[in-house]
Amino acid sequence: MKTKTFALGGIHLNKHKISARIGIEELDLPDVVYIPVKQHIGAPAKIVVKSGDKVKVGTLLAEADGKVSARVVSSISGEVCKIEEINNGQGYLETVITIKREGDEFEDNMDMSDKIISEISDNRDELLEAIKNAGIVGMGGAGFPTPIKSEIPEGKKADTLIINGIECEPYLTADCRLMEEKSEQIVIGARILNKILGIQNAIIAIDENKRRSIARLRHITKEYVGVNVQPCKSIYPQGGEKQLINAITGREVPSGKLPIDVNCVVQNVATVYAVYEAVQKHIPLFRRVLTVSGNIDWNPCNYLVRIGTPISFILEKNKIQMDKVGKVLIGGPMMGQAISSLDAPVTKTTSGITVFSEQTSRKPETTACIRCGKCVDSCPMGLMPLNIRQAVENNDLNEMKKLHIQDCILCGCCSYICPAKIPLLDYCKIGKYELTKQSKKA
Amino acid sequence: MYKISTSPHINSKETTHKIMRDVIVALSPAIMAALIMFGFKALLVLVTSVCACLIFEYFMSKSLGLGNTASDLSAVVTGILLALNLPATMPLWMVIIGAFMAIGVAKMAFGGIGKNIFNPALVGRVFLFISFPVQMTTWVKPHVLDFFNVDATTSATPLNVLKHITENDIFSPEYMNLFLGNIGGSMGETSALAILLGLFWLLKEKIISWHIPVYYIGSFLLCMLITQLITGNVRFDVLSHLLSGGLLLGAVFMATDYTTSPMTKNGKIIFAIGCGILTYVIRVFGAYPEGVSFAILIMNAFVPLIDKYNIQYVYGTRRK
Ligand code: SF4
Ligand code: SF4
Repeated sequence: MKTKTFALGGIHLNKHKISARIGIEELDLPDVVYIPVKQHIGAPAKIVVKSGDKVKVGTLLAEADGKVSARVVSSISGEVCKIEEINNGQGYLETVITIKREGDEFEDNMDMSDKIISEISDNRDELLEAIKNAGIVGMGGAGFPTPIKSEIPEGKKADTLIINGIECEPYLTADCRLMEEKSEQIVIGARILNKILGIQNAIIAIDENKRRSIARLRHITKEYVGVNVQPCKSIYPQGGEKQLINAITGREVPSGKLPIDVNCVVQNVATVYAVYEAVQKHIPLFRRVLTVSGNIDWNPCNYLVRIGTPISFILEKNKIQMDKVGKVLIGGPMMGQAISSLDAPVTKTTSGITVFSEQTSRKPETTACIRCGKCVDSCPMGLMPLNIRQAVENNDLNEMKKLHIQDCILCGCCSYICPAKIPLLDYCKIGKYELTKQSKKA
Repeated sequence: MYKISTSPHINSKETTHKIMRDVIVALSPAIMAALIMFGFKALLVLVTSVCACLIFEYFMSKSLGLGNTASDLSAVVTGILLALNLPATMPLWMVIIGAFMAIGVAKMAFGGIGKNIFNPALVGRVFLFISFPVQMTTWVKPHVLDFFNVDATTSATPLNVLKHITENDIFSPEYMNLFLGNIGGSMGETSALAILLGLFWLLKEKIISWHIPVYYIGSFLLCMLITQLITGNVRFDVLSHLLSGGLLLGAVFMATDYTTSPMTKNGKIIFAIGCGILTYVIRVFGAYPEGVSFAILIMNAFVPLIDKYNIQYVYGTRRK
């Protein structure tokens, strides 16, 4: 089959997929977890436990507050010892529920066996309810509550479900492993979502280089109707929602609109796997697979970790020499967030931890723009980052709007490619912030 | 405490310095050709021009508070391009004046690298051309591989021959010599082969896209071809026009200068076609046999305008 790709811009990155061949390994349990009540876009979940309560794996800790929210369950068994605000390592305070571990007990209805259940219930509401109860959110990074994406608003219709297995960030391999090791479950998960959407057209988009995953998935999709595999060109940011929709369907999501406006729903593979576990096995979202990798000398790994595990615990287990570390990123190097403190916990959206050595942690020095146009050529949204920079420096809000700064997806291609090392993405962020501030005032 | 910074956390290896180095590599075949054809004199002009450009860049960037921009090698590129646009017999003090016009006036006075409107090397050349027309049009015969031959037999450039040819003259173009560069002309213009090697390198290293050279040369040749077909006059022989004069050097190295060409693909195409048509007009109707420098400089002036009205297509803005 022909590989597909998006129309505008994009850059070729060194992949550094060092951990691509390393199987998913279950990480030891931490003695204490910090579970944030807001791991998603929307309202924080309402806490329903108090200090001293005994919980098991899967026990409800906080209920979804309204439609745009997601519930949170316990990831270990033990005792709730504190509910407090902590620094999330990115400079924000966050309410977390601290749980001390005792043993490892699960709620009774969870089916933790390896048996694959392929029979799917025909009751749409039941399926949707199971997803809601499991607290599933988009696990690729954005953290949008999954039930909302699956319930099509009045007057709209979906015709394509795109399963995003691209993982275009360097270093990260968690989705890749998941597709190789849990291929059948993912295909069943895709069929569940198909059923909820009332369509028969799920397309698993996958990087052309992940040959073994493609082969596995192709083999399995032969037995299941309504799910197909589509290899995509290995170029960043192929996994961006808007880019992927463009690659697979040729459509473009109009500025300011959502994928559903062009009849598409996009879900990440990890999310789809969580959907399978939630619906078929009654397992709520209490753990996830993440990659630990980077450019210092150590063992890159793909771990299955409990949500709330402190990052320091993971790095210790990985026997990394902490004195050589310069920067720790949640996520990959292109869009990941640098954290200042390792107490930050793993959340539903943590797809990886990338660790950079001291030498590679420095930002290069900025020189004068030479008008090379590389930022313009690389922008997958067709923007002109150097002009945006000018407008932001002049704080010219009208000009920013004219330059479509609100359409910037913060992919970082422009900053990456710029030979003058101008932090163009930062200007986009500042400009967006200024515009939101202004529209709030108005 | 770990380092905090905004994403992206990796950067490409591309730097201004590296780009300029690649341009210098791309220019090296043309430099070699110039040294082979014109020997020691060419070397003197080249060294003088590069050194003068570097010195002007160093002192002016320091005094303008831009830091030391001489180290990014862009002045070396300007110096080489200026030299390649001069005849090998150019008096060295004139070369220094040209370098001053290029770096001091056309580049630094506008604010340094990235801010200039006109291609510095071309400004230097055109200034010299207007101020010292005799020296600038004294072309010598190349002495292939005869490095220290200082005999300066003047010769006409092929374009001059073409310009003044009449219907009755017998016209026998020497395409092979034109291609290899064994002809009179300014140092870097003569060898089409050397310039094409450079173009190959620029494209391979993705320093430039193919649009400007192809549309420039394409539009120029198309005009010439039509003229030749209509008039049947050998003056408009397409192949001779392609291979002689500064067309290739200009289209590959001068019109593609980042700072003085448009940002977007469409903008580049408009710019290049403009250059092609202007070159044609000057060569055919103008008083000068050569039009490349003027054509590019005129189009340079239009770049801000082209950039203003030629915004990229933005994702999701297609009207249904
Ligand atoms: S960060 Fe924004 S402006 Fe830069 S390349 Fe990505 S979408 Fe374009
Ligand atoms: S990539 Fe950097 S140097 Fe090139 S035009 Fe954009 S901002 Fe200027």
